[in-house]
Formats: sequence, C-alpha cells, structure tokens
Amino acid sequence: MPRKYTLLINGQSFSVDVEPDEKLLSVLRDELDLTGTKYGCGEGQCGACTVLIDGRAQRSCITPISAASGKSITTVEGLAKEDRLHPVQQAFLDEEAMQCAYCTSGMIMSAVSLLNQKQDPSNAEILQFMQGNICRCGTYPRIVAAIRRASGAMKESRP
Amino acid sequence: MSPDRQSTTAVEPERYELRSPSYVRFESNRRGFLKFLGSGVVVVCAAPRTAGSQESGRSRRDSEDDLPRELDAWLHIDPSGGITAFTGKVEVGQNIRTSLSQAISEELHVPPASIQLVMGDTRLVPFDMGTFGSRTTPTMNLQLRRVSAAARDALIAIAAKKWNVDPASLTAENGRIVDTSSTRSATYSELVKGQQITELLPSEDPLIPATQWKIAGRTLPKVDGRDFVTGKHRYPSDYKLPGMLFGKIVRPKSFNATLISADIREAESLPGVTVVRDGNFLGVAAETSVLAARAAASVRAEWKSDPQPSNGELFDYLKKNRVPKDRDDGSVHEIGNVKEAFSSTEHRLNSTYQIQYIAHAPLEPRAAVAQWDEDHLTVWTGTQRPFGVRSELATAFHLPEEKIRVQMPDMGSGYGGKHTGDAALEAARLARAAKRPVKVVWTREEEFTWAYFRPAGVIEVSCAANGDGKITAWEFRNYNSGTAGIRTYYDIPNQRIEFVPVDSPLRQGSYRGLAATANHFAREVQMDEMAAFLKMDPLEFRLKNLKDDRLRAVFQEGAKKFGWEKKKPSNGVGFGMGGGYEKLGYVATFAEVFVDSGTGTVTVQRIVTAFECGAIVNPDGLRSQVEGANIMGIGGALFEAIQFQDGRILNPHFAQYRVPRFKDVPKIETVLLDRKDLPSVGAGEAPIVGIAPAIGNAIFQATGQRLRSLPLAPDGLKATVKS
Repeated sequence: MPRKYTLLINGQSFSVDVEPDEKLLSVLRDELDLTGTKYGCGEGQCGACTVLIDGRAQRSCITPISAASGKSITTVEGLAKEDRLHPVQQAFLDEEAMQCAYCTSGMIMSAVSLLNQKQDPSNAEILQFMQGNICRCGTYPRIVAAIRRASGAMKESRP
Repeated sequence: MSPDRQSTTAVEPERYELRSPSYVRFESNRRGFLKFLGSGVVVVCAAPRTAGSQESGRSRRDSEDDLPRELDAWLHIDPSGGITAFTGKVEVGQNIRTSLSQAISEELHVPPASIQLVMGDTRLVPFDMGTFGSRTTPTMNLQLRRVSAAARDALIAIAAKKWNVDPASLTAENGRIVDTSSTRSATYSELVKGQQITELLPSEDPLIPATQWKIAGRTLPKVDGRDFVTGKHRYPSDYKLPGMLFGKIVRPKSFNATLISADIREAESLPGVTVVRDGNFLGVAAETSVLAARAAASVRAEWKSDPQPSNGELFDYLKKNRVPKDRDDGSVHEIGNVKEAFSSTEHRLNSTYQIQYIAHAPLEPRAAVAQWDEDHLTVWTGTQRPFGVRSELATAFHLPEEKIRVQMPDMGSGYGGKHTGDAALEAARLARAAKRPVKVVWTREEEFTWAYFRPAGVIEVSCAANGDGKITAWEFRNYNSGTAGIRTYYDIPNQRIEFVPVDSPLRQGSYRGLAATANHFAREVQMDEMAAFLKMDPLEFRLKNLKDDRLRAVFQEGAKKFGWEKKKPSNGVGFGMGGGYEKLGYVATFAEVFVDSGTGTVTVQRIVTAFECGAIVNPDGLRSQVEGANIMGIGGALFEAIQFQDGRILNPHFAQYRVPRFKDVPKIETVLLDRKDLPSVGAGEAPIVGIAPAIGNAIFQATGQRLRSLPLAPDGLKATVKS
C-alpha cells in the first residue's frame, strides 16, 4: 500500500505517496521529474543513478524510498549555486570529460562524494572510488583529470 | 594499396548496417514546411553533389541515398538574426552537434553558439538514412558547409543590391556583411528583414580551404556541455508527457518463441492497467512503473520454442550453417593465382581466428515515448535512424509516413546498437490500446538480451611469404562476422578473400566499426604470426608489404611515439601493434602489455594510437573519440563475450558481462595527423580496429602464447602460464 514520505531534496521538502519498496530513483525521475539522475542498470552496478544521501554517494536505483526519507538528498540538479557551477561540474566542462554524457551526473555525484571525504585523493584512490561508475564512451582518463582539477580548485577556494 | 580502394572514397554500407528491408518513401509536404519557416533567407537544395556521389565508383545506390533527393530546407536565417540548420544526423555522444556547428560557423562567419541545430526530427529535417558508417563528417559536414556558404552568398547579394555595389567588394565578418570599400556594414538580421528569399544551392560553391579555417580545425568544447553537467538535458528516457503511462513488455524466456497462451486476468484486474496481446506481443501499460512491472509479472504466459545453439558449439555452428542459396549474398574477391602462389612460395601459415558475440551496452537503454492524436503518431526515441524508425512504425501500423513524426533527443550513446525502433514500436502499440501516451524504457537485462549483438565469426587465414619478407599469397575467409574491412591493404599479388553469410543463432547487427574489428584482428595477428615465423621485426615486415602512404605514415608516426625501435620489452612485458584503414580513416595502434607470470593477469599498460582522417575539424573532440574507441576496444579485446544457451542470454547484467572500468584504462597517447590537404572524414569507428590485434600481439611477445580468439583473456592467462 502506498504511504506518504517526506523527502528533503536539494534543500527543498517534497511529499510523495508511494510504496515503501519503491526505489528513490523512480521517485526522483517519475514523481518529481528530477531526471538528471539516470537509470543505467537498476542493480547498483553502473553508478548512473548516483546521488548524495547525507553527503555520501549512494545508488538511488537500489535505495528504497523508506531508507531515504528524512535524510538530506542531493541530486545533480542541486549542485550549482544559482548560476555558479560546483567546481566538479566546472572541471568536467574544462576537461571535456564526456561524450554522450549519460554517465556524467552519476560520475559528478560520485566525484563530489569522494572529494567531500578526501580533499586531495591520490590517483589510486580516485580509481578505487570511481570503479563502480561505468562510462561506455570511455572518457575515464578525462574524468580522472577532471577530479584532479576539481580537487585543486576546491583546495584553492578554501580559506 | 588495392586499386579499387584508391578509386573511391565512398564507404559501402556494411551488410548488417541496414536492417529494415526497404524504404518506402512518401511525398512529404515541404511546401508547408517552407511556409512554416516564414520570412528571411532559406537555403534549400535537392540532389546535392557530395563527396560520396562525386567520387564513388561503386555502390551508387548507397551514396546517392546519403543525402535526400527531394527539395529540402537546410538552413534558415530569420529576421531576428536567428540561424537554424537542419540535419537528419543525430547526436549520440560523437559530438557532431559541436563539429557541425563549427562547419556552419566557419562558412557563415557567425559564432557557433548562435546556431540552432535541429537534428533527427523527421518532421523538420531533410531525409537521412541514419547516423552510422562514420558518414557525418565526410557527408553532412561538407553539405552544411556548402549550405552555409550559399546563405553567406545570398546575404552578400542582398547587401550588394541594397547598397548598389559590386558583390565582390563585400565580405562576411562575425554576423555582418561588410563593405570593404567603405565603412558600411549591416547585420544579417538587418539584411533579411522583410525579405522572403529562397536560395537554391548552386552546383558549385567555393568553400573555405582547411588551411584558412578559423573556427573549424580548432578545439571547441561541447556546445551544450553545461546542460549535461547540470542534469538539465533531456535524453529520450527522460521524456514525459501529461497523462503518460508506463509500459512494460512481457518477454518470453527464450528467443524465437511463439506465444501459446496468456492468462492476463490478474493484470487486467489491477487499477488502470491496460493489457495488450497482439500476435507475439504481450505488454502492459499502467500509471506507474512499479504497477506496470507488477502487472507484467502477474501475466502467466506459455511460450513454445525449438532447441537453439549455445556458445559451446558456436564456431562449429557458424562453419556449418551457411544461409540457403536463395538468401546467399556471400562474396569472393580474387586477384592473381592464389593456388599457384601458395605452392611455389617457401613459407606458409594457416590460422583460424574466432570472435564471440559482444553487446553494445549503451548506458542509456532503449527508450521511447509514444503519443497518438487520432491517426497521427509522434514518438520520441533514442535511435541512430529516426527515418528508419518512422518506416518501421509505418509498416507496423499501416500508416503513411507523413502521419508519423519521430524525434530523437540527443541520446545516451549507441555504438551502432540503436538502429532499430523496438522500444518505439512497443510504446506506440501500448499507447494505441491505452489511448494515452506511453513510455517504454528497457531494463538493463532487456537491453543485454533483446537488442542485437556484434556478429560472432570464424576467420580462416592463409598466408605465404618469401624469406625476404615479401607476401606472395593471401587467403581470407570470414564466416558470418561481415565484410567491413575484409580486404587487405597490404600489397599482395595473389589474393582470395571470401565472405560466407551464416544464419546467425543470435540477433545481430551493426556495431562500432562492425566486422572491421574482427577482420583487422585476424589480419593483423596473421601479419604478426608471419613476421615472427620469418624472424622479422613486425613493423619492418608490415612496411615491406605496404605501399599506401597514408597507412605507412600512421604506422611510422605511431612507432616513433611509442618508441618501437628503441625500447626492448623486459620481463613479462610485451609490445604489439595493429592497424589499418576503415571508414576512410587510417589508424595504427601500439600496445604495451604486462602479463603476471604468477597470476596470469593481463594488464594493458600503455597505448599509442596514430590516427589520420584528413583535415581535422575539432582536435580535442577527435582525441576524445580515439581515446574512447581504444578504451571500448579493450573490452572486446580482452573480456567481453555474450554467453548464451538454448535461446537465452546467460550474462545479461553488468555484474556478469564485464565492460571496461576505471582500473582497466592504461596510459593512452594519441598522435593526430592533420592532413589539411584532404577532405575531413569520420573518426567514431576507425580508431577501434587496431587495439585488439595490438594487445594480442603484445601478449605473444610477453609470453610466447599466440591467442586467436576474441576475447583474448576473459579470465587472464591463469590456466596456461606456469608460475
């Protein structure tokens, strides 16, 4: 039976009526029309659906809505502050780290989570953290370069 | 270089590239379309001359179909100065929205950002066969440059008339026509105001040569990149309409199954659920995706199918199941006297190579939203062939094509895997029954199972060479994988090259580079085998048998960057190369591979690719394509393979079907050869053909093991390397 859930997404509160086992991904996309978060596999294997829950990267396609309710959720739509892109978004543009870009939101959200946890990750740490995100176009080296660039930019902007 | 390749720059579409049987083409109402564009300057043209139709000696039909024969509008400058260009090509990640904008921008002298490019909307754009075969740059880039040059000339003519001056004294600069004899100038917007000019493209227009390009030829970031990093861009699977339902298809357990019975009572009892059974089609539509999935799962369907082949017997099957005579379109290319050359030459080799089916696995699965308005159908779907999908829909629903509109929002990649309109047909069928718009998005499992695959193949190669390294005879027989890249570009006097079509046990079709990946693999590994047999350096052996200067150049430049002659591999490390010519582009790839003798783990450590595709339009975009092709190619080379048994796919998930990930990526260096004296050609496919043989040949150098089956080492070399 559908239940009422309150979701805090990108600083805004939403109320939805859905089944408890419905996944966060379909709620975001179908109920709230936040389609920046992508479906890639529905099994937590490709990272296209990555969002931040309380600041940490989570696969929204395997996260039941009941587990996301009441927590702070950030999607790719919530990263930029007004017109100013998040440093990770800007770095993806600067490194042209995309082709079809379908993986891009998931890549960006994973990268933001990594840099939240570790300001200056090593290359090996980047690869390890990002291993669960698939880019079929093969822009991996550019994504690594973008994460390095964003790490540098975020370091500089810190007081 | 083989003479018939030299004489043509047109690409023969690969047999598997064209999947729909025929193109029934109805008259479209272009007059109405021109009216819709309103005043301003419209550039229209018909039967244009293109690189393909100008220079093609063969495959006339195909090159003529490259561009439409009807009168079509290609470019419009409206009185507010807005510039809109129209193309049937689609953006799938190869970045042509950007490179085509550069082409228009170059000739029209306006910033790329000021151009709106309408792509792949069958209602608005000129007919196009589809986005495949690396045809966008050689055909559409040239076409849009010509169209833009015509528009520029029309603007100059308007200004010349207005100011009563010689058009020769006027030039176009940054969105203005400038009178060089005075300080007078006017914006395009000022010039087209109040005009109603339809400019028919002249048969010849002078284009700006690549050496003088200011916007093309330089790196330009993705024109709408910001929409992608913010999640704003709507892919086909993101489309949503008011009142839209979610569709779900009830699939049989195996391929080629016939629906015997279906108990749909439970599904129909669910609130707001529509169930459709039509022939072999069984599907549901519901208010939410969760409800649709539940309804589909509740259907008790009985299917019947005959036993089908499995992986274990695949290669044997391919050799024994040539298609029946009435469908046999096999081919043989023969020059010289192969038999005699083999018997009179000192050294001979025979090898058999095998290629497994692999999946495209585009990250965005097939998706479509369909909407009916009386008997008019509109579909938004991810496809490389919007007009092909329109044709499929017309056939399926017995509709004239003008009642169908297919729109293709820039999609989440294809790699040759989205030529068909499966999801569009499914969504349209459900929408017709439900009388509401319906969206169908395939699951990953459906995408891995019900799409189509890169063809599997068996390739038998025989080669004869003299002790001095000159190849005298070459025999090459390809079962099933296809004809792209089947001819050898090595200079061999006696050749027999045969393609044997087979009734494929799995649904197969186009793929990035298609059979060229398999054919280059077999050819370039055989070259390595013969070089090793003759104890010659593989590069020296290739160059000794290669006359084509452009191909020699990429091998030589790649070798230089790689340090082929300077570096000697050390313990466990091997170097290998593979290269060739495909879809008009020239490629040579060098790989450095490490094989851990204890664990058998194969690691590609470094790749160098030299690539040449004429005058470069966007250097960084090109570099990205070459890198991406290499990375995608690592999967097919080392570990990707579809496992199947009796009509079922056994590994339809990313957890079971391994694709390249971050840790699989070596250091990649790309050498771009910019030939400003040659026409620009495509680059999405050719760079993928060298990587598999390069890795295979490097593994041989590292271990002495000659691997002849793709994928080369899905589980490493554990079983065969002693620690």
